[in-house]
Amino acid sequence: MRLSRSAKFVLAALSIATLAFIYLPLGVVVINSFNASKNMSWPPQNFTLHWWQVASQSSGMLSALATSVVVATASAAVALLLGTLLALAMSRYKFFGKQPVSLMVILPIALPGIVTGIALNNAFRTLLGIKLTIVTLIVAHATFCIVTVYNNALARLNRMNRNMEEASADLGAGIWTTFRLVTLPQMASALVAGALLAFALSFDEIIVTTFTAGGGVETLPIWILNNMFRPGKAPIVDVVAVVVVLISVLPIFFAQRLTAAEKSS
Amino acid sequence: MSVNSVREVDSALAVRPTFAHRVSAKLYSNAKLRLRLLIAAPLFWLSLVYVAALLALFVTAFWTMDSFTGEVRVQWNIDNFVQLFTDALYRTVTLRTLGIALAVTFIDILIALPIAFFMAKVASRRMRGILVISILMPLWASYLVKAYAWRSVLSNDGILQWLLRPLGLDTPGYSLVGAALTLGYIWLPYVILPIFTGLEKVPQNILEASSDLGAKTWSTLRLIVFPMLLPAIAAGSIFAFSLTMGDYISINIVGGATQMLGNLVYTNVGTANNLPMAAAIAMIPVAIMFIYLTAIRKTGALDNL
Repeated sequence: MRLSRSAKFVLAALSIATLAFIYLPLGVVVINSFNASKNMSWPPQNFTLHWWQVASQSSGMLSALATSVVVATASAAVALLLGTLLALAMSRYKFFGKQPVSLMVILPIALPGIVTGIALNNAFRTLLGIKLTIVTLIVAHATFCIVTVYNNALARLNRMNRNMEEASADLGAGIWTTFRLVTLPQMASALVAGALLAFALSFDEIIVTTFTAGGGVETLPIWILNNMFRPGKAPIVDVVAVVVVLISVLPIFFAQRLTAAEKSS
Repeated sequence: MSVNSVREVDSALAVRPTFAHRVSAKLYSNAKLRLRLLIAAPLFWLSLVYVAALLALFVTAFWTMDSFTGEVRVQWNIDNFVQLFTDALYRTVTLRTLGIALAVTFIDILIALPIAFFMAKVASRRMRGILVISILMPLWASYLVKAYAWRSVLSNDGILQWLLRPLGLDTPGYSLVGAALTLGYIWLPYVILPIFTGLEKVPQNILEASSDLGAKTWSTLRLIVFPMLLPAIAAGSIFAFSLTMGDYISINIVGGATQMLGNLVYTNVGTANNLPMAAAIAMIPVAIMFIYLTAIRKTGALDNL
């Protein structure tokens, strides 16, 4: 098959159009956050930093930001612990029921968010009879974050050279010492990358969040959802939307750098 | 190394075995114990928090809600499911959700094919790398922000109206069409990437052989590339289809008054406070997904994820 010049040209044009389609709406949000007009009218006539200033002083937004950071940090911490333990078990041991366990860990992100959300909502409220609070939210987020740490840790463990651990044991190091001084340093960058991804995943999650956060708990995505439909709030929501994208994309950027650096070394 | 040799090392170092030493030696010699200690916490969490919750959801669908007290009552019946099958509302919404999911999947495959082909077979190595990153990046931008972005794009006086007005067209506004566009937009990268990977795997020499034997470009695409690509297309469709089936946030943001299955679930959990009914409705997308996955399993799509 040889593509003619015109066929290649058409493909290139369609690709550029697709990229424009992918980036245009996000660009609109960024530009609108500087749009002097209050009602998102396009094209913007004047630009202003006013909305950024207003947003930075909005107490509701700031407390939602703090809640999101707490939830994302706590979920990432739980996911870091459980994901690492599970990856160690899965990479080094053969046991009955290994297949189902590997399915179980991806299930929370593989099933539609609404199923995970309502299942946990039902379990907390109907079965356990507990009220939805920030704790139930963290439990829910940690559950679907385990997989990111697990995947990163498992990939690293499977590529690691086991000889060093054996050498360490032969030289008389106990099981803790070997883990602390030999295994953990080799896993560290993969674990940091996994935890950063978990943080990002939790930070902008909305569907499971609406089912598992209590009435008084407002994360940044919930703040956006609550304010989106209010008249006159659009410009500030634009600012917060840009902030959410930045806070969730930056950890992913660093996580990619960490894994890429390790691969090239 | 055995427990004895650990002790020998300890005594050689003239260290009295402490508690930590003994635990270490015990663990070193007992692989089963090590495995149990490692796996206990994650297994406990995943099975008790998650799998148990999923099973309970299924069970709750067969319970009932006391309309006087507003409490869930453990009384086994299939009333919720009878209602799902007899009430016209659920049939309409199920068909609508299915329709949107199929439309979104179809549109995404159509948009994904040219760019994936360009990336895999036309672009230079360097260009390909840049394109893959450009497709991946927005994948990580928040789902909510993307839906919100389309609220701006579709609005009156928004950019879409501004772009379409010279052509004599208008924005679809917050409607079924607006929602399908938005969902298609949100899941597009999930469809492009598997198709791109699938195309990369189609060997160049097969394409050359086809043209050497006299096949026109179109015949090669239709008879060689497409059949080889089918599993990858099916793999990409899983995301667009399943994620749309379970959506309820985007439809609220850009769908106007349109309702999908997700909205019915949400209303039953929230305002109506009828968890058993919500659980029963949630079984519809799960069942449809199950049928969909079984249907496309034959194409080998599941190995392409």
